[in-house]
Amino acid sequence: MYAIIGGGGKVGFYLGRELITQGNEVVIIEQLAERAEYIGNELGNIVLKGNADEARTLAEAGAERADVVIAVTGDDEDNLVICQVAKKRFGAKRTIARINEPRNESLFLMLGIDATINATEVLLGVMEQQIPNANMRPLLRLRNTDVEIVELRMPSNSRAIGRSLRDLPMPPDSNVAVLLRGGSPLFPTGATVLQAGDEVIALTRAEHEPALRSLFDGS
Amino acid sequence: MFVVIMGCGRVGARLARMLVKAGNEVTILDRDASSFSRLGEDFGGQTILGNGLNQDVLEQAGLTRADAFVAVTQGDNRNIMASQIAQHVFRVQRVVTRINDPIRSDTFAALGLRALSPTVIGANTFYEELTGDLASSVGDV
Repeated sequence: MYAIIGGGGKVGFYLGRELITQGNEVVIIEQLAERAEYIGNELGNIVLKGNADEARTLAEAGAERADVVIAVTGDDEDNLVICQVAKKRFGAKRTIARINEPRNESLFLMLGIDATINATEVLLGVMEQQIPNANMRPLLRLRNTDVEIVELRMPSNSRAIGRSLRDLPMPPDSNVAVLLRGGSPLFPTGATVLQAGDEVIALTRAEHEPALRSLFDGS
Repeated sequence: MFVVIMGCGRVGARLARMLVKAGNEVTILDRDASSFSRLGEDFGGQTILGNGLNQDVLEQAGLTRADAFVAVTQGDNRNIMASQIAQHVFRVQRVVTRINDPIRSDTFAALGLRALSPTVIGANTFYEELTGDLASSVGDV
């Protein structure tokens, strides 16, 4: 795979190093001469000094044959433009932009960026997963939808215990996909009765998450 | 016509005063409160302090009902991003973007934006004043 990385800061540097280790062809574009020299010394002759948002720099980097262009500078507007020029002018197959403002995600997708990475949201997600008392944690969000796979740990006094799935007033667009009972997966039917200790893996939309969670709250 | 201007530097401030004088409604926004002093005390338009890349700020500036949006900050990429928000999120009919660096003009063209470069306009004007020839006769430099 040929990857062009726009921005040779910490993120760009380590991303480049890992991609090289995995056997990929990599070019890092960095505008500061001193930083570009450092990257060259550490990673070899894979750095191009220039502005990644300028067409001539991307042309020199060979953007038209890039499998992926990843823009990881510290500024959302720069990352947007790098990806857009790579995609629209050079036909780069896939563009990924780092964003800082979470609300820019939908804008970037609308403007043709293939994927966004948002450190703020990643950290929020990790925090949610690490909070010990939360009875529900998101496992995965499906591509660019609002559909989430969530894991619910029922408290021992959950009001759902002893009820069958068909008797649970599930919120819209939500269903229980699988139960882990004693560590073994159980694919439930409407007649399956929830027991203390069950772990529930469910699909839902982000907006219905609180309603789904409250179904399994303690009484 | 109701015009929202992003960037209250020399160009933005002068443009705002011209538009107001010609009878237009103008809202101008900038991240730096002190920049509004360029407008003078008798400015007849609205000023909004905030980041024009924030959609809430643009909405507060009235972009949902604006007839035109002009991005004239010093940052080319800021201008490009804000202009695309105006075009695609708020569906503003007329969007004009300042490009400082002429090398990037092809970028703007590729993104379908209407862009003007003060650098090119300035150099052309000086060339014509000095030589008496049309700047367009020189071609690309």
